[in-house]
Amino acid sequence: MRLIYKILGNSNKQIDTIFMATDIIIHDQKDNVGVVVVEKIVPNQDCSCWIMENDGSVNIQSIDEIPLGHKIAMTDLKEGDTILKYGHDIGKVVKSIKKGQHVHVHNVKTKKW
Amino acid sequence: MEIPKSFLGYKRENGRAGTRNHVIILPVDDISNACAEAVANNIKGTIALPHSYGRLQFGADLELHFRTMIGTGSNPNVAAVIVIGIEPKWTKRIVDGIAKTGKPVEGFHIERTGDIGTVMNASKRAQEFVMWASEKQREECPISDLWISVKCGESDTTSGLASNPTVGNLMDKLEPLGVHLCFGETSELTGAEKVCASRGATKEASDKFMKTWSSYNDFILKEATDDLSESQPTAGNIAGGLTTIEEKAFGNFQKIGNCKFIDVLEPAEEPKKGKGLYFMDTSSAAAECVTLQAAAGFNIHLFPTGQGNIVGNPIEPVIKLTANPLTVKTMNEHIDCDVSKILSREMNMSQAGDELIKTTLRVANGRLTCAEALGHKEFVMTKLYRSA
Repeated sequence: MRLIYKILGNSNKQIDTIFMATDIIIHDQKDNVGVVVVEKIVPNQDCSCWIMENDGSVNIQSIDEIPLGHKIAMTDLKEGDTILKYGHDIGKVVKSIKKGQHVHVHNVKTKKW
Repeated sequence: MEIPKSFLGYKRENGRAGTRNHVIILPVDDISNACAEAVANNIKGTIALPHSYGRLQFGADLELHFRTMIGTGSNPNVAAVIVIGIEPKWTKRIVDGIAKTGKPVEGFHIERTGDIGTVMNASKRAQEFVMWASEKQREECPISDLWISVKCGESDTTSGLASNPTVGNLMDKLEPLGVHLCFGETSELTGAEKVCASRGATKEASDKFMKTWSSYNDFILKEATDDLSESQPTAGNIAGGLTTIEEKAFGNFQKIGNCKFIDVLEPAEEPKKGKGLYFMDTSSAAAECVTLQAAAGFNIHLFPTGQGNIVGNPIEPVIKLTANPLTVKTMNEHIDCDVSKILSREMNMSQAGDELIKTTLRVANGRLTCAEALGHKEFVMTKLYRSA
C-alpha cells in the first residue's frame, strides 16, 4: 500500500490532498472484474482498487502479472459464469478463473455470434 | 467552469457557420481524381478529395454516393467547391445539390475536353474561388452553431474508463446550449444495443434504432464465416485489454453521457429535427464514419482513442483525446487533449470534460488539430454493395 502526497493546482487556491495510489479501477459495484490502470501489476501484489460508482475502495492480491488496461478477477469465477463490467453482461467464462487472475480472451468469450 | 457562449467561425450563405474555410476540388468518380489533384496542385490553398468510387453504382448505394458528395460540398467548413467528373449529368447533379447552400460552386466534365483542358479551365475558376475565400474573416458565432460528431477508435479499456466518459461529460454540458451532436458505429454497439435503444428520446427513435441495428446484425449473421472474434474486437483492442464486443460496446456507449438521441439518421443524412443528439447508422471504421458525419454537416469532431488511432478528415477537424498514459508518451504528436490523469485520479471527469470543451473551442476558433498539422485527410466513401 502506497500513500501519495500531492499538491493540486487550482485556479483560486492550492489544496493539499492525500490519496491512495490506485492500481485498479472498478466501474460499478456489481462488477466482478476491475481494470489495471498502472503500467502493470506483478504476481502477489497487494493492489488498491477504486470503485467509480460509489467512490468505494477495496484491496485485492494479484496472482498473475497483468498489464495496463487489462482485467483482473475480483472473485472466483467458474465456467459458464457471466462477467459483469459497467454493471452489464460483457461475456461468459469459458475456463475457470481464480480471484486475482488475469481475465481476457483465454478465459472469457462473447455471448454474441 | 463557465462555458463560453460563442466561438469565432466563418458565417455561410445558408446561415450555418464553419470552423474552417476550405476550397475543395471534388472528383465525382475515381477516374477524375487525377484532374482534381492536378488542379489542387496548381492552385495553392485548395484541397482535392480523391476517392475510389462513383462509377456504375445504383439504387441506395448510388443515392448514398450523391448524398456524401453533395453533403461534403455543402458542409459549412467549405467556402467554395470545384466539382470534376467524367460525364456532365452526374457532375451537374452534385453541383446543383451544393448550389442550394448559396456558396460558389462550379462543375467541369472531362469528356470531349480531356484532362489537360479540364485542368486549365477548373484551375482558373479555383484560383478565383480561393482568392475570394481568403478574404473571409472569422466572426463571433453562437456556440449552438457547433455541430459536434463523435467516434472512438483503437479503443482499449482506458477508452471506456475515461476518454469516452470525458466526451459524455462534454455532451451533458453542451447539449443544453443548443448544439447538434452525433454518434454512430452501429456494429460497435452490439452487446449494448438494448441499453442504447432505451436511450431514445421517443419510442419512435428507440424503435428506429432497433430496426437499424437488427438490419445490420442480420447482415453480419448472413455474411459471417466465423464468429467475428478476429475482427471485433480488433487485435489492437485485444492488446489493450478489451475481451469481447459487449465490453467494447458498453465502453463506446459512454460517449453520449446522459443524453438521449432524438432521431436516427441514414449514413450521411443531414439532421432535420433541430438541436440535440442524433444516432447515425455508420460503419465503425474511423475514416468511413467521420466522412459520413462530415457529409451530414458536422463541423467539428471529437475522437477518443486508447491505443492511438491517427485518423483525420480533409474538411472536419478531428480532435484526439486519450486517457492511456502510454499512448500520450509514445504518440504525443497525435494527441490534442490528454486526460490520462483521470486514471491516476489527479483529474475528475468534470475537469476532464472542461479541458475537452476548452480544446474544442480553441480548435473551433482556428487552432490546427494534430491530425491537420500532420496532414491527415482521410476521405473514405461508404459503399453498400457491389456495382452493376
